[in-house]
Amino acid sequence: MKLTIQVNEGPYQHQAADSAYNFAKAALAKGHEIFRVFFYHDGVNNGTRLTTPPQDDRHAVDRWSELAREYELDLVLCVAAAQRRGIVDDGEAERNGKDATNIADGFRISGLGQLIEGAVQSDRLVVFGD
Amino acid sequence: MSDVKKLMYVNRRAPYGTIYAWESLEVVLIGAAFDQDVSLAFLDDGVYQLTKGQNTEDTGMKNFSATYAALGDYEVTKIYVEKDSLDERGLLLDDLQHLVWEDEDEDWAEKDSIRLVSRAELADLMADQDIMFNF
Repeated sequence: MKLTIQVNEGPYQHQAADSAYNFAKAALAKGHEIFRVFFYHDGVNNGTRLTTPPQDDRHAVDRWSELAREYELDLVLCVAAAQRRGIVDDGEAERNGKDATNIADGFRISGLGQLIEGAVQSDRLVVFGD
Repeated sequence: MSDVKKLMYVNRRAPYGTIYAWESLEVVLIGAAFDQDVSLAFLDDGVYQLTKGQNTEDTGMKNFSATYAALGDYEVTKIYVEKDSLDERGLLLDDLQHLVWEDEDEDWAEKDSIRLVSRAELADLMADQDIMFNF
């Protein structure tokens, strides 16, 4: 089955971010296709490489990056949500005059159209978070 | 994209206090470019999103309520409001903005976008969708 996953919550605050990751990993292991993972609202905070959890805790960001590398996942952060919350890639830094970037490996920033396209192109849109 | 799917945007939160109502509206406006069969549902505190006379001056929040009136221009013509939710909050249809769209098949006749539905009718409409966006 072809899936698009929407993640609406940030890491560590809400289990939805963990559930989304665990679901994605399990779906891929079962041979399902993930067309796209779209991070919206506070979910964009799953895509900053500056995240530094305690060493004995899971790394909510790095494990997405690793999963993306292994399966060539398309991890998309909503641009409007990312701008509001200070998640920046090279293009956004240049456009908005920021002196740093913090987007994590394997993620990209794009528009809401990517969410709609994902929902339309996939068999299921699976949403995590309130 | 050749196939048209039935998309419903479900709005159940008050317009301010969280960003969900505003971000839902952003998705609806951008999603309109995809030529899908779109409808909006307002229920629970979400019915407050459509109320007339919103004033956010004292809260410093952006008042985006005028944007709902533009939905007709985006060919968003099916706006379902759950009557039970209105009743529970002491609201009447007249407390909501009068949202309209122009039907080009009928010489641009102005038609009401808001349709009051019961909880059971809304459940049936939801069961009929291909995709639900929940906010």
